[in-house]
Amino acid sequence: MKFIRHAGNTPSAYGWVSILLHWVVALAVIGLYPLGLYIVSLSYYDPGYRLYPDIHRSLGILLAMLLVIRLVWKLLNPSPVLLVHSTWERLSAKAGHLLLYLLLGLVLFSGYMLSTADGRSIQVFDWFSVPAIPALANRQEELAGTVHFYAATGLVVLAGVHALAALKHHFIDQNATLRRMLGMTTEKD
Amino acid sequence: MKLKSAFAGLALATAFAATPVMAADYVIDTEGAHASINFKIDHLGVSYVVGRFNEFTGTFSYDEKNPAASKVEVTIKMASIDSNHAERDRHVRSNDFLDVRRYAEARFVSTAYEDLGDGKANLKGNLTLMGQTRPIVIPVQKVGEGQDPWGGYRAGFTGTTALNLPDFGANFNLGPAAETVYLDLVVEGIRK
Repeated sequence: MKFIRHAGNTPSAYGWVSILLHWVVALAVIGLYPLGLYIVSLSYYDPGYRLYPDIHRSLGILLAMLLVIRLVWKLLNPSPVLLVHSTWERLSAKAGHLLLYLLLGLVLFSGYMLSTADGRSIQVFDWFSVPAIPALANRQEELAGTVHFYAATGLVVLAGVHALAALKHHFIDQNATLRRMLGMTTEKD
Repeated sequence: MKLKSAFAGLALATAFAATPVMAADYVIDTEGAHASINFKIDHLGVSYVVGRFNEFTGTFSYDEKNPAASKVEVTIKMASIDSNHAERDRHVRSNDFLDVRRYAEARFVSTAYEDLGDGKANLKGNLTLMGQTRPIVIPVQKVGEGQDPWGGYRAGFTGTTALNLPDFGANFNLGPAAETVYLDLVVEGIRK
């Protein structure tokens, strides 16, 4: 098993920066969703009532920053060609990826809007804080919270579909879709 | 003809004289925010959280010559709870606490007004909170009444009371001291 060495993307393969960004974002999404569900289940006297929301908000802000880096990197790099050929698969792959980005953006934005609805800033661990935008702090916590929950649920479901599609390409189509996102070199390389 | 109308006038005057003094009806001035429903609840036995309900409507009838006939009705929008903390307020609105989707409104309807003299009174009535109706007593103090500078007539009261939340079926896990919520009411009405 050989791994790619290049940092940037090539027309046929992802570089390790894209790969790393993909998996860190995936891990964050997979982790933050159950953490969020766990947080809303906590009672007031639970020792984690304050700690876990702090961690959730902090990781959310870091994820938002990572997403910006990821999008910039995506714009600066070529996207490797899709390995599927039928029109419907190409279209649904592109639509699915676009929707993943949109939902992730919406989850992050609504989370920010929820936590800054009263003008409070978001403290990211004890490193720095992200201020509220005064013009956007209009006590919209109910709408923001509802959007946050449904968008996050949609995102996790779509991420599941995304994972199933990757497995389908790997086991049924037997192409390099999954392998190249794991940094494995394909025979063509 | 003349006699007839004089007669009618007399009848009308008699009718007026026979009518007891009618209590004046007031609309609580939520529009101008000259009324507020404030609450205070224990926090961990070390301090209090203070908040308010921003949206409510109400009316009252009051006549200082006949205070016993006073009546009050207030409807409070529970979702308008505001403790100056968005995430906390959202949690308080959820079904862990006030469950405002299910119990959208609280309502107070007076049943009696016991005048104690000197502007003091005990306002009795039924409070419906989270679907449960219980009798409560609100000691009130009249602040004043009179013409306002814009051609209207106003009367105002303050009141304080304490509610035992478990009486309303509200068993929040916030500690024993937080079973009591203190209400601090400021009510100004504009005569209709």
